[in-house]
Amino acid sequence: MLKSLMKSKLFWPIVILVIILLINLFFDRGFFQIEVRNGRLAGSLVDILNRGAPLMLISIGMTLVIATKGIDLGVGSVIALSGAIAATTVADASEGSLAPLFAAIALAIFVCMVAGAWNGFLVSRIGVQPIVATLILMVAGRGVAQLVTQGQITTVYYDPYTFIGGGYLLGLPFSIFIVVAVLLLALFVTRKTAMGLFIESVGSNPEASRLSGINSKNILMMVYIFSGFCAAIGGLILSSNVASADGNNAGLWYELDAILAVVIGGTSLMGGRFYLMGTIIGALIIQSLTTTIYSIGIPPETNMVVKAIVVLIVCLLQSPEFRSKVFGSFKAKKAVESEDDKGVTLS
Amino acid sequence: MKKLSLDYKQLPLIATMSLFIVMFAIGSMRYTGFLSTQVFLNLFVDNAFLIILAVGMTFVIISGGIDLSVGSVIALTSMVAASLTMNAGLSPWIVIPISLSVGTIIGLGQGYLIHYYNLQPFIVTLAGMFLARGLSYLISVESIAISSPFFDYMAGTRIPLGGGNFISISVVIALIVVLFAVYVSLFTKFGRNVYALGGSEQSALLMGLPVARTKILIYTFSGFCASLAGLVFTFYMLSGYALHANGMELDTIAAVVIGGTLLTGGAGYVAGSVVGVLITGIIQTMIVFEGTLSAWWTKIAIGVLLFFFIVLQRVIVLRTKPK
Amino acid sequence: MKEQAPRLVMEGIDKEFPGVKALSNVNLTLYPGEVHALMGENGAGKSTLIKVLTGVYTIDKGTVTYEGKDIHVKSPHDAQDMGITTVYQEVNLCTNLSVTENIFIGREIMKNGRIKWKEMNKRAVELLKRLNLDIDVTKLLSSYSVAIQQMVAIARSLNVSAKVLILDEPTSSLDRDEVKQLFAVINKLKSEGMAIVFVSHFLEQVYEISDRITVLRNGEWVGEYAIEDLPRLELVGKMIGKELNEMSSISKERKSSVKGEAILHAQNLSKKGRIEPYDLELHKGEIVGLAGLLGSGRTELARLLFGADKADTGELKISGNKKVLKTPKQAIANRIAFCSEDRKAEGIIPELTIRENMILAMQGMYGWFKYISKKRQMEIADEYTKLLNINPPNPEQLIKNLSGGNQQKVMLARWLITNPEVLILDEPTRGIDIGAKTEIMKLMVKLSGEGMSILFISGELEEILRTCDRIAVLRDRKKVSEIVNKDHQTQHEVMTEMAGGV
Repeated sequence: MLKSLMKSKLFWPIVILVIILLINLFFDRGFFQIEVRNGRLAGSLVDILNRGAPLMLISIGMTLVIATKGIDLGVGSVIALSGAIAATTVADASEGSLAPLFAAIALAIFVCMVAGAWNGFLVSRIGVQPIVATLILMVAGRGVAQLVTQGQITTVYYDPYTFIGGGYLLGLPFSIFIVVAVLLLALFVTRKTAMGLFIESVGSNPEASRLSGINSKNILMMVYIFSGFCAAIGGLILSSNVASADGNNAGLWYELDAILAVVIGGTSLMGGRFYLMGTIIGALIIQSLTTTIYSIGIPPETNMVVKAIVVLIVCLLQSPEFRSKVFGSFKAKKAVESEDDKGVTLS
Repeated sequence: MKKLSLDYKQLPLIATMSLFIVMFAIGSMRYTGFLSTQVFLNLFVDNAFLIILAVGMTFVIISGGIDLSVGSVIALTSMVAASLTMNAGLSPWIVIPISLSVGTIIGLGQGYLIHYYNLQPFIVTLAGMFLARGLSYLISVESIAISSPFFDYMAGTRIPLGGGNFISISVVIALIVVLFAVYVSLFTKFGRNVYALGGSEQSALLMGLPVARTKILIYTFSGFCASLAGLVFTFYMLSGYALHANGMELDTIAAVVIGGTLLTGGAGYVAGSVVGVLITGIIQTMIVFEGTLSAWWTKIAIGVLLFFFIVLQRVIVLRTKPK
Repeated sequence: MKEQAPRLVMEGIDKEFPGVKALSNVNLTLYPGEVHALMGENGAGKSTLIKVLTGVYTIDKGTVTYEGKDIHVKSPHDAQDMGITTVYQEVNLCTNLSVTENIFIGREIMKNGRIKWKEMNKRAVELLKRLNLDIDVTKLLSSYSVAIQQMVAIARSLNVSAKVLILDEPTSSLDRDEVKQLFAVINKLKSEGMAIVFVSHFLEQVYEISDRITVLRNGEWVGEYAIEDLPRLELVGKMIGKELNEMSSISKERKSSVKGEAILHAQNLSKKGRIEPYDLELHKGEIVGLAGLLGSGRTELARLLFGADKADTGELKISGNKKVLKTPKQAIANRIAFCSEDRKAEGIIPELTIRENMILAMQGMYGWFKYISKKRQMEIADEYTKLLNINPPNPEQLIKNLSGGNQQKVMLARWLITNPEVLILDEPTRGIDIGAKTEIMKLMVKLSGEGMSILFISGELEEILRTCDRIAVLRDRKKVSEIVNKDHQTQHEVMTEMAGGV
């Protein structure tokens, strides 16, 4: 029982998350306390969920992209773009009507999905490597976002807009509901339709998938569009949180955090199997790490160093060469075999 | 036919050169005062650090890799230099070598991980980027202003070129690096091995080339260039700050690609990257001269150029494939 | 020639990869000034032997004696330093570098730490002159044809004053004149005392250029023969082997006459450089075999029928209706299935389970929205795991953990589940144990009895003779004849056609 539990891809991420939370408990006895203030749940755990919402969303999209052996470097810029579009749309809206809110959301999501489609087009039709293809949007997207906001930090004086990221529903932050909804959507599409199977199959062996009659181009296209969709919503939350849009700085580093969350969650950068729940836990680990560092008084600047070390450890653990060097001979044999594969395919 | 395919490979470089000339010509026609030696020289003065970064990055990209850590290494170097000078009060003779070793060591470590554990350069240098940025925050969150005779001299000295035109010491350093790199890439075994590695790592191995040494040295050199660029950047800003050069790795990659280096590796020229940097510089200059255009147009323009060159490269790769 | 001391002797070489014995007790003796052909079908161990000799792999057991001394080659670089060099089929040079550089890289002519380009270019021209080649050496290698690239690779080995030159399938992408040019070079080098190993699947070329032949089969050493002592037919027999006993239980009532409309009818189908125009008919319940040596175009022929490659010419009729197959998806929709020979690259999805691998093609037919329920998937997977006797009988096991034979059965299941009318099996028995082979062939016979049409590609002639109604023979990327499988005469006929030009 314990063995099968340990074999589960979620085991180690959960252990790490629990350890981080326990460290917090050690420094702050009230860490796990959740109380009701003004009919709203409050406490550090709720805080982590709330603050981690944008990262969780973006990581969900990134998970599917990485499962196809791709990567989406453009999400940070798309976040900025989404916030910029929405904020500009509602900037001067009158309080009375909700129509501007929905218009803003629809417009932001639409434009960001077009941006995703652009990435998907370059990757699947032109055949550009994903890193290279999405680099374009990473550079130019932020420029476009600034173009939308005219280089200013656009402030929103339209209250309904702040509900997206700051509102409460049934005593819980509204952003948590958004995450759950998107997660359920992703889980439904990938586990209740064949989409998940196709994504894993295209990521694991594209040629074999083609010969099995799967249209990998369309799959790639959809995955990048979905990533754009997730980034759009994440961008809405982030911009709504601060009731403004900053084309230059919104969503900075988010692509990297998202990749990190996906990798911690057990999805390999080499594509194939993906773990949406693992990704969620990965994103929560990153968020609680940040919270912890703040709460126990380590300089917050350490955060990046810790992240760097975590990335390296996770990658090393995924590397067959490293495992064969560190752990025994059984795995070493596997490495030899994979070396042989290379030789055979190239000769 | 044979001649045609050769031209294809050089097409990006030709495109880059023509682009620069066309842009300079347009600028000169549109804006008064654009066509002057100093405007041209200022492209170097204002972008000396970017040129040095691009030189290191060119080797990395030609070899088929990527280095995302360079922007952060600039920040870290500036912090190390600033804190050693201002807080520890050390002499520049000690500060400079220590600062230069910062990026070199990071590059060495990255190269080692990439080669021996077969990790993706992208992810390793991403970690390096976090690490360097985080370490600079650890030194200090605040910006550290530098005032020391040495740094003031390096920053303030104008080397006259006659006719009232001048360049800075940083430009001289950048040009030395460029000349050195051109020589290395064309006339040394290491330089040629870099190209071979980018052409096909498997072939390079079977031809008996020292793949491990070359690969590690490439990232070490890029790290060194990043540190040197960090120093030059420090001369330029006269401060150390953890937020320095934020996102500059992207500017560097863009400049290298616009300079005609294939992102998939195997082809490119150091000189091309220099022109690539000048093109990004000239875009900024034109936007300044235009007056009404805002700074973000630079990003959009670079993005568009990037797209153009990436598609051009893709076409070339498809055309030159034997099938 | 035999009086001379051998230049290189490999004795009792063993090499094992996890799960595969690639070489066992293999020998190779090379004399100066000879061209020695290394022959064998897929998986015979030619490539492994070459890689062992050139230090890409280490040797598990056995000795290598080079010019009278025991040697241990540690790396390709090591081998080159000793004078053992290889020119691979996919020329292993860097096409992004100039001709000169490809000849000299790693051994550049230096002076004061500076590469002497002028001198290197001059030397390169001289070296290529020795090979009767006059080209601009400063141009990129990619601007020249594969034939010239090969010459450059040879020139590279001349530059390191090689004593043993291994040519691994050097002629597979050359045209007739280029082959002639290459042979002239080989003969010249031979007269200069070079020991040359020549690997090729073109029998004609082997007989034209070689002095002696070493034959390998399934990683084992079959024998070493002087060329004049080994007629073509005998060579083919030694290469493809006979595993009669195990398969004797397979019997099939052959359909001697086929009537009615063909279910699959290819006319004049071709793809440039891959397979020359061919006609082929496949009737209901018929097994047609494609026989031919490695590289004869068997796979290439089959791929056109499945839309895996697009045909340049010709047309395809399915049940009498003209169809154009541009993608495998279209072929599957027309109830054609294709089980690729390259299981690893084109078959299995390593990260997925047996169950998921099985239902993939069927799900592909349904599209992504119409998901086959987990329950139905389980039923299907259980059914086929039992039917095909897949081990371990656990559909949730990852396919990458299975043995080759069981992976192959999963691939078969993937296609049987789609209930095809035409099943194309490309070397379904390669690299799997004899028990699984027999099972797969029995299954083929059973399926054809139930009305499925099967196109069966195999390098083992015996398997084809056991199962097929008709046999199409290919040679040099061309379908050369079609033989009705009727009696013991057939084997001789097919082998004669495979060997060609006797």
